[in-house]
Amino acid sequence: MLTDISVLFQIAGIGIILALIHTILKQMGKEEIAQFATLVGFIIVLYIVINGLSDLFNQIKSVFLF
Amino acid sequence: MDILQLVIISIVASVIFIILKDINPGFAFFIIILVGIIIFSSVIQQIRLIFQVIQSLGEQASVPGLYLETILKIIGIAYIAELGASMTKDAGLNSVAKNIELAGKIFILLLAIPIITAVIEAIVNFLPTV
Repeated sequence: MLTDISVLFQIAGIGIILALIHTILKQMGKEEIAQFATLVGFIIVLYIVINGLSDLFNQIKSVFLF
Repeated sequence: MDILQLVIISIVASVIFIILKDINPGFAFFIIILVGIIIFSSVIQQIRLIFQVIQSLGEQASVPGLYLETILKIIGIAYIAELGASMTKDAGLNSVAKNIELAGKIFILLLAIPIITAVIEAIVNFLPTV
């Protein structure tokens, strides 16, 4: 269950570090690897968010008597 | 959770959103979704308590369980539809948000049909038969 603010900072940190990695890899001329790193970070964050959403929907289901 | 904590969480989240919006717009949207999840999951326990009180009051007043259950389901559908609509509206998909609202209204109407028919049957019973 997500009732903690630390996950917000996690997502923000992942986003900033990913932007950094993307810029560095682009400067080195490795465009494909930069795209791939962004994609992997996106999937990680999506996993966190989807877990939270499924928790939320399960709670709504149990509370609203579905 | 305390209301002060929720307000502080949302202020911090908006600061993070403003920073992240220029760097990485996709991740900024995840921040919005996560704030919604955090706020609602800290409120849902209180909602459960309120519903327990409403249900016990309804049992004491011997209201049929079908009506209360329908009302609670309608509140749930309205909340979920509102959540989805506001999320998609934030992402810039206004037409999808309108469609979600339409779907929510249709499902609410579908759930309300037994109550409507009960009301109409009661009215018909009042009418004098010729």
